Amino acid sequence: MEAYIPIFLMLAIALAIGVVFLKLQEWLGPRNPNDEKLSTYESGMAPVRTARERFSVKYYMVAVLFILFDIEVIFLYPWAVNFRALGVFGYVEMVLFIAILLVGYLYILKKGALQWD
Amino acid sequence: MTPDTTLHLTDYLFYFFALLAVFSGGVVVFSRNIVHSAFALMFTLFAVAGLYVLLNADFLAVTQILVYVGGILVLILFGVMLTNKIVDVQIKAGSIHVLPASIITAVIAGTLCGVFTLTDWFVVPGADASAVKTTAPHIGEALITNYVLPFEVASVVLLVAMLGAAMIARRERKK
Amino acid sequence: MNIIEPLVKIALILLINLTTVAYLVYTERRVSAFIQNRVGPNRVGPMGLLQPVADIVKLFFKEDIVPTAANKFVHSLAPLISLIVALSTFAVIPFGNTIHLFGRDIKLMIADVNVGLLYLLALSSLGVYGITLSGWSSNNKYSLLGGLRSSAQMISYELSMGLSIIGVLMIAGSLQLDKIVVHQGNYLGGFLPAWNIFLQPLGFITFVVAYFAETNRLPFDLPEAEPELVGGYHTEYSGMKFGLFFLAEYANMITASAVITTLYLGGWQFPFIENFGFSPLAVSLLQVAAFGVKVALVLLFFIIVRWTIPRFRYDQLMNLGWKVMLPLAVLNIIITGFFILV
Repeated sequence: MEAYIPIFLMLAIALAIGVVFLKLQEWLGPRNPNDEKLSTYESGMAPVRTARERFSVKYYMVAVLFILFDIEVIFLYPWAVNFRALGVFGYVEMVLFIAILLVGYLYILKKGALQWD
Repeated sequence: MTPDTTLHLTDYLFYFFALLAVFSGGVVVFSRNIVHSAFALMFTLFAVAGLYVLLNADFLAVTQILVYVGGILVLILFGVMLTNKIVDVQIKAGSIHVLPASIITAVIAGTLCGVFTLTDWFVVPGADASAVKTTAPHIGEALITNYVLPFEVASVVLLVAMLGAAMIARRERKK
Repeated sequence: MNIIEPLVKIALILLINLTTVAYLVYTERRVSAFIQNRVGPNRVGPMGLLQPVADIVKLFFKEDIVPTAANKFVHSLAPLISLIVALSTFAVIPFGNTIHLFGRDIKLMIADVNVGLLYLLALSSLGVYGITLSGWSSNNKYSLLGGLRSSAQMISYELSMGLSIIGVLMIAGSLQLDKIVVHQGNYLGGFLPAWNIFLQPLGFITFVVAYFAETNRLPFDLPEAEPELVGGYHTEYSGMKFGLFFLAEYANMITASAVITTLYLGGWQFPFIENFGFSPLAVSLLQVAAFGVKVALVLLFFIIVRWTIPRFRYDQLMNLGWKVMLPLAVLNIIITGFFILV
């Protein structure tokens, strides 16, 4: 537990640095806004509608698949750390685990879920 | 360093994380802007990871951040951000069905309090943090030895989820 | 007393890190100029060495523009998240062996946590937020597209990164970065240092490629691809908020080099140093220097790659991540396991 206190400190100090930088600029920098300056940048054209339009579901798909594989990877960490102690049995079990997920991976590939066209 | 000061620091950290979790959890529920809710959820999940650290469950804490904050919340944010016009919708944060809701809440709260009082809590002797070494190798050992069947079943569950995801993708391609 | 030591280390690390960032930008500009047959910044100070100072001062005196359409709170918070993630990742990296100074042993890392390696991964997975939220909060089409692309890219390559590391874990048997480095102090056949780059060549390649994508450096800088997205996620940022993103990007680069050094290039190990008969203090200092030199070389590699290789197209990027890197990383685990057992 004690080993984590420096990490919390580091996070706090990093935050402090960021805040100080931003505050310094607020204090030093000029401030003369006008409507043109504050409008959305669209390569010099007047902005057309809002940016928050609908997007391809593929991005969502990537996130779904990421979570599934990420959980697989997390299962692998404790196994890898203990690899030597677990020996051949552990190795076979993990190959089996990966093989089952490989079936899913191949199915996804076949279905074209990862196809960006 | 005397053990006394450490104890105080961890106590403060505990209250900090607990308050952060409760407060941001409140924002998640009561905020009228759905993106703010999703955003506040990040702090809730992060605070819970901090609490895990204080419980010496280091592997669990990191997993919490990796899977929940780094994965599932990104998915939620994508869902919120990419859905047309959902951002501008004023979600209702008022109360409906007060009576059934309060009954359910009372039951859950009662169960929780019961568990709190009845459980024989494991106390680390002298709150000495070094008494508990790293947890990851033990988890790995348990997964391959005692819990090998649930472990392999987990991979089947993940496989089913993948097939489901592929189904969604196929519908997209037909369009 | 115990709180002072980490504070000193943090202050020192942050100071070195921020200075390195400033001069990394300078180096990058000089090297790119050299590669493109230009001169590069050479006016401010001798050889332009004061250019970074001028740049930073300029950033402070710039106006902070927040577009009317933007979500003000998230717009300010996003660069802060990027910065915190980039700076605090360094907390678990060992930059030297235990050193004996002022009558006590000081471990040359800020936090020696049991799950150091996973802490690295967890924090870098938080890096997605700075970019996604800045892209969304700006309410600008370029920003949103950049943020979105970036988050999909980062999470895709995070998988290959996580999988490549497993080979290292199997060899070292620990998630503690310090132990991983100590484990690389042996010799293979008596002459080759047992660095993981020699034991894990495939894992090294997949890890480095994935980390390039994770830091959004060229050839993976799709999130800010200038020709098509103007500035990507930071199109609507100016002044110090832009500066923070800039700082975070370069701080991430330093962390990336340090992580690559630690995991694959022997960390602070200085091969054969035990044969020269230096005093313990000199050995410790030389090891810190070795770490610095290795990190600097990897940084130079980052810069040269940026100015040598063109940008991927987005479909190529995703195909590489999911169809090449992921299977290769899994293959690496199976091969490594096989060799360790045999």
